Amino acid sequence: MTITDITADAPSPHGANENGGTLLEVRDLHVEFHTRDGVAKAVNGVNYSVAAGETLAVLGESGSGKSVTAQAIMGILDMPPGRIPQGEILFRGQDMLKMGKEERRLIRGQKIAMIFQDALSSLNPVLSVGYQLGEMFRVHQGLSKKGAKAKSIELMERVRIPAAKERVNDYPHQFSGGMRQRIMIAMALALEPDLIIADEPTTALDVTVQAQVMDLLAELQREYNMGLILITHDLGVVADVADKIAVMYAGRIVETAPVRELYKRPSHPYTRGLLDSIPRLDQKGQELYAIKGLPPNLTRIPSGCAFNPRCPVAQDVCRTDTPVLHQVTEADGAALPGRGSACHFWKETIHG
Amino acid sequence: MGRYVIRRLLQMIPVFIGATLLIFLMVNVMGDPIAGLCGDRQCDPATEAQLRGDFGLDKPVWQQYLTYMGHVFSGDFGTAFNGQKVIDLMATAFPITIRLTIVAIVFEIIVGIVFGVVTGLRRGRPVDTSVLLLTLVVIAVPTFVTGLLAQLLLGVTWHVIEPSVSSAAPFGELILPGLVLASVSLAYVTRLTRSSIAENVRSDYVRTAVAKGLPRHRVITRHLLRNSLIPVITFIGTDIGALMGGAIVTERIFNIHGVGFQLYQGILRQNTQTVVGFVTVLVIVFLVANLLVDLLYAVLDPRIRYA
Repeated sequence: MTITDITADAPSPHGANENGGTLLEVRDLHVEFHTRDGVAKAVNGVNYSVAAGETLAVLGESGSGKSVTAQAIMGILDMPPGRIPQGEILFRGQDMLKMGKEERRLIRGQKIAMIFQDALSSLNPVLSVGYQLGEMFRVHQGLSKKGAKAKSIELMERVRIPAAKERVNDYPHQFSGGMRQRIMIAMALALEPDLIIADEPTTALDVTVQAQVMDLLAELQREYNMGLILITHDLGVVADVADKIAVMYAGRIVETAPVRELYKRPSHPYTRGLLDSIPRLDQKGQELYAIKGLPPNLTRIPSGCAFNPRCPVAQDVCRTDTPVLHQVTEADGAALPGRGSACHFWKETIHG
Repeated sequence: MGRYVIRRLLQMIPVFIGATLLIFLMVNVMGDPIAGLCGDRQCDPATEAQLRGDFGLDKPVWQQYLTYMGHVFSGDFGTAFNGQKVIDLMATAFPITIRLTIVAIVFEIIVGIVFGVVTGLRRGRPVDTSVLLLTLVVIAVPTFVTGLLAQLLLGVTWHVIEPSVSSAAPFGELILPGLVLASVSLAYVTRLTRSSIAENVRSDYVRTAVAKGLPRHRVITRHLLRNSLIPVITFIGTDIGALMGGAIVTERIFNIHGVGFQLYQGILRQNTQTVVGFVTVLVIVFLVANLLVDLLYAVLDPRIRYA
């Protein structure tokens, strides 16, 4: 369990302890899908934790298991075909995987809420946004139709949707992409949950709107002192808002680090590849770096380190031994709190 | 919306004229209505000429059609050869058929949709497979076989119901005929609902509804069902017209004196006035049902706006 400790110890500007400690802790989570082509191992032993007021960014390509982990936390995985063979998801110290259905339902929306990627398809097309927002209050708090509508308008104003009173009865397709995502955020925020999971909340939006939505989310998080798990494949998005980062590859966490340190000194070749593939103005005219190859097939994950077929520094040991998440230290052995790397050659990667 | 309704109503006029003209011509081609009147014997030429004059059958067909339509619009559907006014036949036949159709539609909606939802949510499980198989059987076996079999078993062998419906045809006696009439459509509604539910249950907005912590029944009734029922409503709407006119077989089996029965008699006796009169009303019913379905569409799905 040293792995968990590394992430839990990550320094956060708000300080984990003064906010009542760890909110959510994922321990050795495995998720697999039984398909016709065999068992797809989507998540293979993920550990991470989030404290109140803290933002954890989970970074990875599509198919790296970041969304599946989030869905397992929310309890909205399709089971079957999905299955959780082992692992624990502790919310305020209680394992949610051992809870009854009704108990978990009461956590969803009230304690942990989720923001999805594509707001247009994630909102019900035939119900007005006011109805969909108000549903939170009507179901969880037993409010009347009228009371719920008033609360919905309040919420819409909260996420700065102009003319909220007039627009409360409009349908999702009548809003622009950015406004729709604001409605998603408002819905997640409705009952002031302790933790919000945002699954690529800005991917479907254009760049200027992305920044607005991210700022809004960060601002509301600070205000309500919520924990936030931000799932993304966009390194640019996380830099400003995240406290710590967990990089995922093939269903595993390959590197964890406080956000600034990861950008400054990556300790895993995959993270380095990701950082090198960001277009930069000072390298204008040069060819853009790209990580060679494709993400692995989850039914046949390569032996040893899953990244070895694409890794520029892979040796024989990488094909046979699966690396654990090593504690990353300075060259002189001084501990770097919150840093871990699942690479046999982390020393060479970080210290050159 | 208002403009749309007016446009649709105007569109009905050519459809209505075309449909009635077609029926009128078809009945005319079927044979000489006078020949059928005298049974197997040859008619007396003097009587025949007299009848032709009385019914206006000596005039050209287009004139007959115009005269007939003129009468229809003044509420006169003409007289059958037995002297009964066609409008009186309608007054007795339509309420019976409407009752039968209501029973059939209620079966379609309640049983069909419930089966569809249950199988759609349990795709691939034993319930799904057995209901699917059952619907295949119902679709494959012709209505007169299911109808006669049901009548024989329930009516004659087990005496659960009266094998023949009385002339008053109250709702209670129409339950089995209604079920027989609905059976094929019922199977289609089940399959349609099933595939629609199975598709939508994986949609993002249903996932959102679950993530909101809504109870399962609310997710299904408020979020899943409303989206899934749009294609089903279309089918049921168009089926209203089909059921009313297509009850000939069922009405024959259970001796119900409704529209199907009168139409059958009209065709058998080559009675132009009866056939064209009934079909005209059925065409109107069909058109209005279709319009209502299209309007209901806009109510169910706010993305559809008519202008």
